[in-house]
Amino acid sequence: MIDSKTLDPSFKFLIASEPGGENIKKCFSCGTCTAGCPVREVTDLYNPRRIIRMAVLGLKEEVLSSLFIWLCSSCYTCFERCPQNVKIPELVNAIKNIAVREGYLPPPMRAQLDLLSSHGRLLEITDFENQKRKDSNLPLIQWDIEDVKKIFEKLGFHHEEKI
Amino acid sequence: MKKRSNDSPFQYTLFLGCTVPVRALNYEISARKVAERLGLQLFDTPDFSCCGYPIKSVHRYAYLLMAARNLALANKNGFPLCTLCSACCGALTEANHEIQEDERLRRQINKDLFEWLGLRYEGGTEVTHLIRILYQAIGRGKISVQVRADLSSLRVAPHYGCHYTKPSTIYNKIEDPENPKSLDELIEATGAQSISYEDKLQCCGGGVLAIDEQVALAMANRKLDHLQKQQADAMVLLCPFCNVMYEGNQRKIEKIYQTEYKLPVLYYPQLLGLALGIEPEELGMKMNRVRTTELVKKINRRTN
Repeated sequence: MIDSKTLDPSFKFLIASEPGGENIKKCFSCGTCTAGCPVREVTDLYNPRRIIRMAVLGLKEEVLSSLFIWLCSSCYTCFERCPQNVKIPELVNAIKNIAVREGYLPPPMRAQLDLLSSHGRLLEITDFENQKRKDSNLPLIQWDIEDVKKIFEKLGFHHEEKI
Repeated sequence: MKKRSNDSPFQYTLFLGCTVPVRALNYEISARKVAERLGLQLFDTPDFSCCGYPIKSVHRYAYLLMAARNLALANKNGFPLCTLCSACCGALTEANHEIQEDERLRRQINKDLFEWLGLRYEGGTEVTHLIRILYQAIGRGKISVQVRADLSSLRVAPHYGCHYTKPSTIYNKIEDPENPKSLDELIEATGAQSISYEDKLQCCGGGVLAIDEQVALAMANRKLDHLQKQQADAMVLLCPFCNVMYEGNQRKIEKIYQTEYKLPVLYYPQLLGLALGIEPEELGMKMNRVRTTELVKKINRRTN
């Protein structure tokens, strides 16, 4: 049961002002996105139409705190098929960016963020990896990319702190 | 670096990304090998970082800056970027598109890139994928005439994945995402049969692996199941993350669903290399997690 007093009608405007979320108000809930969604096909935890409807209604905390927004696989099937050009994967991405700013960062994403902000790469490259590359006659790879560390520092990310 | 007249007309800067140089050496080895054979020159740049894609869901602007930095470095060399990973291809193409289309964003990115790293990027770096280069620049005709082995008994299932064709707006609708043909036709150019199967265009599930493994594995399982029904000899793909799902996690999927697939998963350059008569060892086939011995046995070597 939804209690209308807890709704935040400004949530849709917040999403619309976030890059990628601009077209949220064009959605007329036809469900084309959900019908062709490969994630929805294997689990009912994820349902793009439902997420958009909840966002438009103003169920801000429920949407931002829920793990379901992180279940979009970014396959862009709905992006191609949406008759209203809502750009759903971009819209869901905008909601994720807002969720992170509000303090909801899932631990696996935290781990990826830490790796990128401290090394500039997602997978560690030790002497072992480079030896394997050398044995295969492949050029060696650098692990720490100083430029990327700098980008993250300037943007205010510090990997031990909460954003 | 300027193109010299005696150099190959096909010159690219190779963008490896994070996964390929660590977990998909067989992809990199076979890609370099077939490139050499087909007269495609690939240059390496040591200072590329991650493309930026993994950070997009957390902080979109950080992603755009990382991508812009890579694009700026590539621009210095002047050659188009050849990606092997579809997520890198999509992320760099999208960032390129955004930076070129959105003047305000372009100004902001350039201000930060210059102040922080002494770089500028106004656009201009072409981003493409190795498979697109093989299909468009090299072409099937040039590939077919160099085929040295008979692959006609192989039933091969193409897996396009998502970011190679979608979103079609950033790729200027280069290929119909609902009915792509490039990989099918490239498979046929090797002499192998490209088979049709249920859910051919379905996502591998890799995008949610970190968040919910069970969901991701359920997605990958569906396709493996369809392919078993089609008696495919192999799946052929073009993205290291799709490979993580179908090959890297195949044993795990077999355990969960109490079944057995043993479906070889090849990167397209591996299949192409076999057709060109290159030895399996030179294509990194020993690194394939699912054995390819039976598959290789089905290939008839021509003596000419």
